[in-house]
Amino acid sequence: MIELKNIQKSYQTGYTKLEVLKGIDLHIEKGEFVSIMGSSGSGKSTLLNILGILDEYDTGEYRLDGTFINKQLTQKQAAIYRNQFIGFVFQSFNLLNFKTALENVALPLYYQKIDRKQRQKVAMEYLDRVGLRDWADHLPNQLSGGQQQRVAIARSMVARPKIILADEPTGALDSKTSFEVMKLFKEVNDEGITVLVVTHENDISKMTKRIIRLNDGIIGENILLENASTGAS
Amino acid sequence: MFDFDKWQEIFDTIKKHKLRTFLTALGVFWGIFMLVFLMGSGKGLENGVMGQFGTHATNALYVWTQRTTMPYKGLPAGRYNQLTIDDIQAIEDNFPQVEYIAPRMFVPSGEIVHGNNSAAFDVRGERPDLQHIEAMYIDEGRFINEFDLKDRRKIAVIGNRVREVLFEGEKDQNAIGKYLRINGTDYLVVGIFKSSRKGEDGVDDEQTIYIPLTTAQQVTNRHNEINWFVCTINKNFRVDPIDEGIKSLLRKRHRIHPDDRQGVRSDNIEEEFREINGLFFGIRLIVWIVGIGSLLAGVIGVGNIMLIIVKERTKEIGIRKAMGATPSSIVSMILLESVFITTMAGYFGLLVSTGLILLMNTAVGEGSDFFANPEVDMAVGLGALVILVISGALTGLIPALQASRVNPVIALKDE
Repeated sequence: MIELKNIQKSYQTGYTKLEVLKGIDLHIEKGEFVSIMGSSGSGKSTLLNILGILDEYDTGEYRLDGTFINKQLTQKQAAIYRNQFIGFVFQSFNLLNFKTALENVALPLYYQKIDRKQRQKVAMEYLDRVGLRDWADHLPNQLSGGQQQRVAIARSMVARPKIILADEPTGALDSKTSFEVMKLFKEVNDEGITVLVVTHENDISKMTKRIIRLNDGIIGENILLENASTGAS
Repeated sequence: MFDFDKWQEIFDTIKKHKLRTFLTALGVFWGIFMLVFLMGSGKGLENGVMGQFGTHATNALYVWTQRTTMPYKGLPAGRYNQLTIDDIQAIEDNFPQVEYIAPRMFVPSGEIVHGNNSAAFDVRGERPDLQHIEAMYIDEGRFINEFDLKDRRKIAVIGNRVREVLFEGEKDQNAIGKYLRINGTDYLVVGIFKSSRKGEDGVDDEQTIYIPLTTAQQVTNRHNEINWFVCTINKNFRVDPIDEGIKSLLRKRHRIHPDDRQGVRSDNIEEEFREINGLFFGIRLIVWIVGIGSLLAGVIGVGNIMLIIVKERTKEIGIRKAMGATPSSIVSMILLESVFITTMAGYFGLLVSTGLILLMNTAVGEGSDFFANPEVDMAVGLGALVILVISGALTGLIPALQASRVNPVIALKDE
């Protein structure tokens, strides 16, 4: 599903060049449930941005579901790829606060030019799946943090992406809610969608099936966990 | 193509940000309101003042004599010179630029009587040319003609107000063919005129009775004499120099000192008209400067608020981009929003200002001499609206382009 070959990325800050990713080789199969760990500054956010086609990479090769992702795409092409391939979940949920839960979930479908009725129908299905059917007409600020993140997860799934990228999805949640959210991710994964979670919490990463540890811009450890066998083969 | 979904999305956004939309709209609303309202009021003032001229010739010249103030050629000061028909003939001979000329005479009269009604009105001896000069039109019958003059007929053309007073209580107030008694002599009413001037001036005009000049001279036993005259000058000539020429001719004919300003006096309507025209040019200029200024302020306000909105919406735009929004979809979203708001606000401003002007129009009615029929030039109103929409789009464009360049990585960075 994801193939990275010698991905390098550096930022120019003033006169100094900061090398963030120093050659990442990574292979993630379809249906995997992976966590990326690392201390702050290890480059995990940058890696996620490149995987999410939000940021460009300097050298290397990136294939997503067999499609070669050019290192310098036009903004339009990048937007189309994001819409087709990727679902995002963020630490601070990033829901549009003037739209209801249902409208938020339906947003990616709007950019797929699906008509309004169909959008709402599909969005309601996914909202039901995360257990929030009764909250469809609520605004984000009327929902708890856990509920908001579930809305965000429904939103990330609604366009049937190949892969869901979650950036510290439990960072703003208490441990009980975090556990529920991770359980939801596991259910999503069980349906065959590749899920990639960036986290710095060990107990969160232990709930995935594979841990990739980033160290100063290179991959340090790559651990397959026991529960991997229960996932998709 | 009309993209219903896109508009739905824009309406949703507008509906959910009422204050923001209101503030944006207010500037534009006020700009167009001020422009249209000022222009309408200015036009009303102009119509009011210009209405006092009615169809009165604007190139007219009134001339009369007064007592001299300077001795000349052995003649003492304080002499009164009577104008005569010979003076008129001399002017006609010497000034081909004179288009119409109407020598006039007051006829002192007591009460004018018809049946049981009687009242005092001005009675004047006139010639046919008058109808081409003053702000009057024949409502019924005819005006004085050459045959009336030649035969010194006892006929009268009366103002509408005269008819109303003297023929009160009569069927249809039909005056034509009836007789009036002026100073013991019966005059046949042959015509009724109305004034085209507005307000009190118009009413004054219609309280006059015109009889042929020759008849007036005969009944007052002032053969050949006139009191004053009015003439118009061919449109191709300025009135000023001819005004001077006529006066100096009359001074010569009546042996008045060339430097005596009092001996022959004149009232030049063109000059008066020019001054008023100049005044209104000034008013129009101010109206345009103020109006365009407030319109510009409104447009700049919209641009400014749109810029702030984009800043405020950075996160939203970042989210939309992560969800797969293309830059062009972001540009069109911001742009359509700004154009929609400016258009609606501008249209509303146009509506309210026109409504207010209409209201003023009915409130003022015919009552005022200085304010009448305030009106809005629709072309100007619509032109302003078009300018507004285009400038709304232009001012929206900068923030929209800025919005399209929002980097989702930075926009979504958690604080």
